[in-house]
This record gives sequence, structure tokens and C-alpha cells, in this order.
Amino acid sequence: MNSVRADSRTEPRIVRILIIAIALIFLTVFVALPLVVVFAQAFSKGLGAYFAAALGEPEALSAIRLTLLTAAISVSLNLVFGVIAAWAVSKFEFRGKTLLITLIDLPFSVSPVISGLVYVLLFGAQGYWGPWLQSHNIYILFALPGIALATTFVTFPFVARALIPLMQEQGTQEEEAAISLGASGLQTFFRVTLPNVKWGVLYGVLLCNARAMGEFGAVSVVSGHIRGETNTMPLLVEILYNEYQFVSSFAIASLLAMLALITLIAKTILERNLDEGQLSGGD
Amino acid sequence: MKGGAGRRSTLPGFGLTMGLTLTWLSLIILIPLAGLFFKTFELSLDQFWTILTSRRTLSALRVSFGLAFAAALVNLVMGTIVVWALVRYRFPGRRIFDAIVDIPFALPTAVAGVALTALFAQTGWLGAPLAQLGIKVAFTPVGIFVAMIFIGIPFVVRTVQPVLIDLDAEVEEAAASLGANRWQTITRVILPSLIPALMTGFALAFARAVGEYGSVIFIAGNLPNVSEIAPLLIVIRLSEFRYADATAIAVVMLVASFLIIFVVNRIQRWAQTRIPAH
Repeated sequence: MNSVRADSRTEPRIVRILIIAIALIFLTVFVALPLVVVFAQAFSKGLGAYFAAALGEPEALSAIRLTLLTAAISVSLNLVFGVIAAWAVSKFEFRGKTLLITLIDLPFSVSPVISGLVYVLLFGAQGYWGPWLQSHNIYILFALPGIALATTFVTFPFVARALIPLMQEQGTQEEEAAISLGASGLQTFFRVTLPNVKWGVLYGVLLCNARAMGEFGAVSVVSGHIRGETNTMPLLVEILYNEYQFVSSFAIASLLAMLALITLIAKTILERNLDEGQLSGGD
Repeated sequence: MKGGAGRRSTLPGFGLTMGLTLTWLSLIILIPLAGLFFKTFELSLDQFWTILTSRRTLSALRVSFGLAFAAALVNLVMGTIVVWALVRYRFPGRRIFDAIVDIPFALPTAVAGVALTALFAQTGWLGAPLAQLGIKVAFTPVGIFVAMIFIGIPFVVRTVQPVLIDLDAEVEEAAASLGANRWQTITRVILPSLIPALMTGFALAFARAVGEYGSVIFIAGNLPNVSEIAPLLIVIRLSEFRYADATAIAVVMLVASFLIIFVVNRIQRWAQTRIPAH
């Protein structure tokens, strides 16, 4: 160690190589291989079998349709309310702000199964409002409303969480200037705030959508697994897998894996557009 | 709540947006969660206790919490190594491996579940060579452990990474110029300043693994008292219409989640007061 300056911030070559090797082997085995194996299994019987399983079966098409519909509902609801919550939290000072942010984050810490269970306790046959709903022929559980509700629960924090740090960082000066020049609140939001955070909105929507389409535990509890009716894509993956229809199961799984890949690539690009420090700590 | 509003901001819409936020939060999150607690109050303390101390419930809770803790420990160590490699070293494919870390966040849990099972089953790419060594992963508690490692790793990496990036180079150089060798600099200077982030990452990975369902149930084997996780037992009790049992287990897990959130918030606050130190 003759030069302190050159050596002071790095390790001996052998240690460096060892650490990189351990990190890469770990990531490959535990994280990358599971993704690769999905496609390997899906295409194991050839392209024909793959497309027949993924797009040929009416059950698969119905699952894809339900998944898209559920995601459309949950993402738009959480987009609107996420933006509203981010405005309230980031542009004003008030007591209990930390508590409010913690409550918004809550669904991330709750087991998906519990996220579904709470709606069963409200709307189920033995639930608080179940009997009343049943006597009025309103079906929430084992139907689209329940699936959309459970999905909205688990994806609740994404948009707000992506926007709050970004909007806090940007402060209120630009908005105050717009207001003092006579702009209305909505004009200020759409012409000043939104253009400033548009990548953050997209980032939140992207992650929200990925989770909405892929949610399994919460939806599994409220869906009822009615074939061709209340099965989303992740639920169909499970059903086909349990019936030993592995190619079909992995074919549907591969569609979801592609969604995950596209999400990751788009996320990486968006993160470059955003201030690095803002979102790298989020999940 | 409206105490300080308007003083620091002349912007409109506080009342409206706050009202909508609280309404929406209550409808989707707070009222349903409160319903879970109210449902528990319908049980007598005796009933509640009998459910929780039944062998099957205790085993399921032990499997979920115990293996989640072990997996979070592995993630703590491996996550630190991964972060160190990604932040401090330059090697080909670094950006790709950085992106790969997020796969467990992005991949739907059911997909991860069937994929991990295919990978570690006795005929799988990794399961076959492991079986030759006499190690069975899929359909044993080891499989649950593996799935929990998969699901938890991004939490440690993404929590620690920004802190290591922001770490001041001067502190390390100062330590070195004062005669500390590299190992001393790492263990006495760098690691201590990473402790809050490491603890947060550990807690988040633990919390996620405790509640994890989709990526675990396929590989677990789901043998009662052996490889049955608590979230699965909730689902089983629901399908048997034993709502009280499901609710009691769920409440225990929910309280555990709240405790973890509380601990994480404490760590964050503690970390903020530590900032001037480095």
C-alpha cells in the first residue's frame, strides 16, 4: 500500500472479483433464472402449442379481458386519487402529515391475503353488509366489483408515492406565481404542476398497472374462481398449474412475465428522465 | 388537521383535496381494515386464544415468521454484497444486473411461484443437481425459504443503494490517511453509516416475506404443521367458512405489520438525527 490516495477507496483485486462473482451468481440464480424458466417452460412444446394455449382457449381470453378491465378500473381510480392526495400532502403544511403518508403506504405492508379478506368480511355472506347486498341482488364478492376493489387496495400507494417526493421537491413557488397572476386552481394544476411531474405520474401509473395486472393473493380470496368468469390471468396460471397443464400455465405466465419485462425497461428509462435521487429509494 | 394550512401556502384546494383523500383512504383502506378488528371483537378472548394456540395455527405462524426472518437475514448479507458490487465496482453488464434486481417487484407473484417451483423441482435446472447432492428444495420448508429470499432481495438493495451512493468519499479518505486499513475503514466507518438503511431494508424484506402468498404456495408443499404458511392457512379457513379462525390469524399478522411499520418509522427518524454525524 504505497499510495494511500489510490488505494483508499477500493479493495484488493481478488476481493473485488470475489464480491462481483458472488453478487452476479446470486442475482442470476435467485432472480434472473426464474424469469428465464417461465419462457423456457412456455415454449417447451413449440410455438404452436404456446399460441394455442395463450390465445386459443376461451378461458385464457376471458382471463386476459378480466385482467385488463380490472387494471383499467384500479389504475384510473388510483391515478385520480393519487394525484389528489399528492397535491394535499405536498403543497400544504399540516399536522399529522407523516401519519397520513404512513396510512397511504399501509397496503404495502399488509399481506395480500388480508387485503382480500377484509372485503370478504364486509361483503361476504357472513359479512357485515353481505345479507343486505344479497337481498338487493348486488354482487360484489366473486364478481368484478370485488376483484377491482381488492386490486385497488393493493395498488393504492403507487401513484401517490411516486408523486409526493417529486412535488415536495418542486415546492410551491411556481404555483403561487400562477395563482397571483390570476390563474384558477385547476388551471394552475394542469398548466404548471402537471407538466412538471408528468414523468412521475407515468412512473406511478406504470408500477400501479404492473401490480394491478399481476395481483394474485388478494384477488384469489375475493374471486371465487368461477371458470371463464372471475379468473384473472394470475389465477388462471394457478388453476392450469394445479391441473398439470404446464405449457398452458406457463404460456399465460409468460404473458405476465413479458408485462413485467416491459415494465422494468420502461421504469429504467423513466428513472433516467426523473431526478435520480427522487425515486431510486422507492419501490 | 387544518391547523397550519394556508399559512405557508396560498394555493387553493387544501380542503377539497384533503377531504377527498381522507374519504378515499377511509373507504378503500381504513374502514375495511377496521372491519377486520371489529370482527375479532365478536370472538371471546377464550375463543381467540384457542384458535391462536392450536397446533396448526402456531405452526403456520412459526413457519411464516421464522423463515421470513431467516430469509431477511440472507437478504441482508447478500443485498449488501450486491449493493457493494453495483455501486463501487465497474464491470460489464452492471446496468443490466442493476435492473434485474427489480424483477421480484415486477414479476407477478403467481408467476414467480410456478417459475421457482419449476426451477427447484427434482427435474428442474437447479433442483436436479441439488437432488443429486441429496438436497430437496421444492415442496419442503427450504422451498419457502428460497421463495422468500427471491421476494425480499430488492427491498434491501433499493434501500441501501442510495445511501451508499451518497456516502461522502472524504470520510473514507480521512480514515485511510489516519492509518486505518481498508477492512477497518469498511467495518468502522462505512458499515456504521449504512446501519439505518440496512435495518430498514431488513425490516421491509421481513415484512414482505411474512405476508407473502403467491410466490410461496406453489413451492411450499403446503403440508399442515410443516410447510404451511400463515396466509395460506387464512385462505384455507375461509374456504372452510371458518371466518373466526381466518380473522384471528389475520389480526395477529396485521398487528405484526403495524409493529414493523412503527419500527421502520423509528429507524428513519433516528437516521435523520444521525445525519450531522457523517
